[in-house]
Amino acid sequence: MQTSDRQKQYWRRNMRVTLILLAIWLLATFSACFFARELNGLSVLGFPLGFYMGAQGLLLIYLAIVGFYAFYMNRLDREYGVDEGGSR
Amino acid sequence: MPDLPARLRRYFVAYTGAFVALVLLLGTLEQLGLPPRWIGWSFLFLTIILYATIGVLARTANITEYYVAGRSIPALYNGMATSADWMSAASFMGLAGTLYLAGYQGLAYVIGWTGGYVLVALLLAPYLRRFGQYTIPDFLGERYGGDSARLIGVAAVVLASFVYVVAQIYGVGLITSRFVGLQFEVGVFVGLAGILVCSFLGGMRAVTWTQVAQYVILIAAYVVPVAILSFKATGLPLPQIAYGEVLQRVEALETKIFQQPEEVEARRLYRERAEETGERIARLPESLTEERQRLSEKIGELKAGDARMRDIVVVERQRRELPQNVDAARDYWEASMEAAAERGAEPVHHATAFPGDEGRSDNARLNFLALVFCLMIGTAALPHILMRSYTTPTVADARTSVFWSLLFISLLYLTAPAYAVFAKYEIYSGLIGSSIAELPGWIASWGKVGLVSIDDINGDGRLQLAELTLNPDLIVLATPEIAGLPYVVSGLVAAGALAAALSTADGLLLTIAGALSHDLYYKIHRPQASTQWRLLVSKTMLLVVAVLGATVAAQKPASILYMVSWAFSIAAAAFFPALVCGIFWKRANQAGAVAGMLVGMLLTLYYLVRVQFDSIPWLGIHGIRMQPWFGIESLSAGIWGVAAGFVTIVVVSLLTSPPSAELQRFVRSVRYPPMQA
Repeated sequence: MQTSDRQKQYWRRNMRVTLILLAIWLLATFSACFFARELNGLSVLGFPLGFYMGAQGLLLIYLAIVGFYAFYMNRLDREYGVDEGGSR
Repeated sequence: MPDLPARLRRYFVAYTGAFVALVLLLGTLEQLGLPPRWIGWSFLFLTIILYATIGVLARTANITEYYVAGRSIPALYNGMATSADWMSAASFMGLAGTLYLAGYQGLAYVIGWTGGYVLVALLLAPYLRRFGQYTIPDFLGERYGGDSARLIGVAAVVLASFVYVVAQIYGVGLITSRFVGLQFEVGVFVGLAGILVCSFLGGMRAVTWTQVAQYVILIAAYVVPVAILSFKATGLPLPQIAYGEVLQRVEALETKIFQQPEEVEARRLYRERAEETGERIARLPESLTEERQRLSEKIGELKAGDARMRDIVVVERQRRELPQNVDAARDYWEASMEAAAERGAEPVHHATAFPGDEGRSDNARLNFLALVFCLMIGTAALPHILMRSYTTPTVADARTSVFWSLLFISLLYLTAPAYAVFAKYEIYSGLIGSSIAELPGWIASWGKVGLVSIDDINGDGRLQLAELTLNPDLIVLATPEIAGLPYVVSGLVAAGALAAALSTADGLLLTIAGALSHDLYYKIHRPQASTQWRLLVSKTMLLVVAVLGATVAAQKPASILYMVSWAFSIAAAAFFPALVCGIFWKRANQAGAVAGMLVGMLLTLYYLVRVQFDSIPWLGIHGIRMQPWFGIESLSAGIWGVAAGFVTIVVVSLLTSPPSAELQRFVRSVRYPPMQA
């Protein structure tokens, strides 16, 4: 199987979105944990912000990342005419 | 098949409706006088019969159905099954309790166990699905060629998953013994039966649909009690939103309670006791003789005076329970010193992150981060979770399925911190400061099984916060009672805990049996084996591993819960670097992967053993404890293993020749989807 240019292009776009989302994941996790003491000085919905990020905020960010990736890649699949339906 | 999704949806709605009706029916019967024991039995047996029915209906003799459910599970249901697979007895029973006891510090589990799914979604699931075979060692074997990567993979699967299975079966034993009064060992074998009825006949296909059913039960059982508590405390039955306000009330209560003079006094007394015990340990072996003598004298005095028989019996029991020899005395006194020191420690506010002076606080933060990343990578490397990417129809479904998994998992993990806060509110506002003679009944009943202990150290007859010790499991199991809810809610919680333990055990067992029968037997030992034989071997392995797991669990191994947290480190170090490099770095070769997996796994084991233990008696090794590197606890040992694994793979791969053209073609086939012209 020879890799076509379209496949390479598809892979590059896949890599780009993966890296961006991973960077968001890393940055959000790290800063929410690292600055938890400082964030606890602020308040949101009655929660100290540092606590809120650990208990809910990060989870919602993770959900958004995974959801966006699925949405983006499924759209990319359509754009590039990816044909993987029901392959066993 | 006529419109499968619609039919599935109908079944699903009918099933959920039937379950709700059952709970309401039992609730009504309770009001009419059905004894609690009967409610416990009904929940236990009706749910196991339900799982057995699904297991029998979904039986199959087809190998693809048996290993990967025919790759036909729609994303939504696959997500539901994955989350039941994922949420174990520890998530269900232990997490809220850990959050209750550790406050902010416990959130590392919430963050780590959800953030790992980002890695699964972005780096692993779609590529494993495109590869589309049967197991995780399968991928390693095909990607790196030869048998060695596959073999190490099998070893790591067995190592990481077996401890985990034992813990689940152990959990079943605990639940059944606490709620329906079965003997622990009998409970373990009920659990074994519950697991086998799902997996034996129908393999992955049966387990998947049972897990979907189990998810519904476990999430309902988890959310309902907190929703009721939330409604009682705030008028809003949405605990995830309402607990911000309650958290503020808890903080205010904490500020008040922490400073009360009797609390300060009780903590001082505990610190004193810890010091005394420490001195006693230092003066071993004389102190043991002295202690025995002291108690004997006291008994003599009591008998000479006109003391009540009851008091004499208490002291006699103390003397009888004294450790027999010096080693036992050291262990026993060290444990009681730690317990006393913990009770005497300065209490921490629930939401405070990384308490202590600057040095301790920064070290706590470092450990928090290390644990978070270790749990994330461990989550993304647990074979029974990664397996689930094989069961969807397409790559796109695998991606969507991770989203659904994370959503369903988050429902529980968003609720757990709320659970902890509501339980804390109930206990701080209703229990602390009340008279010890008039404590509610749940304290006595859970005290009997060792989950609560009370020790009136300052002798004022009132319960101080420092005098109350709770086991983490208690929070979820006893909250319905603490809040005075009807017994049917307790029964529901027990059924949920059972569902969580059984569903995880099923997934793990299939993963172990799959690795042993598919990779070890079929791929390495007898590639010419017929499908019937493979299926037979697989079922035999399932049976053997399950019985072995139950046998180990019946011994009540004390360290089992600790060992489970190691499974994450081991899986992370063994699989994550090799899998990720296998997909994203074409140059990674067999030598690199094998070396990386071995180095990662061994370094992890080395670190956690040497930081955790000072001696391994059954190997005759003593005095091996070492200072942790950068103060990282053994819990996060995987952080070193993963780093070492990546470095080793890169270095060794570059030092050896690149992978063959065939293996490079394999990498392309995993990366690039087929496209229409």
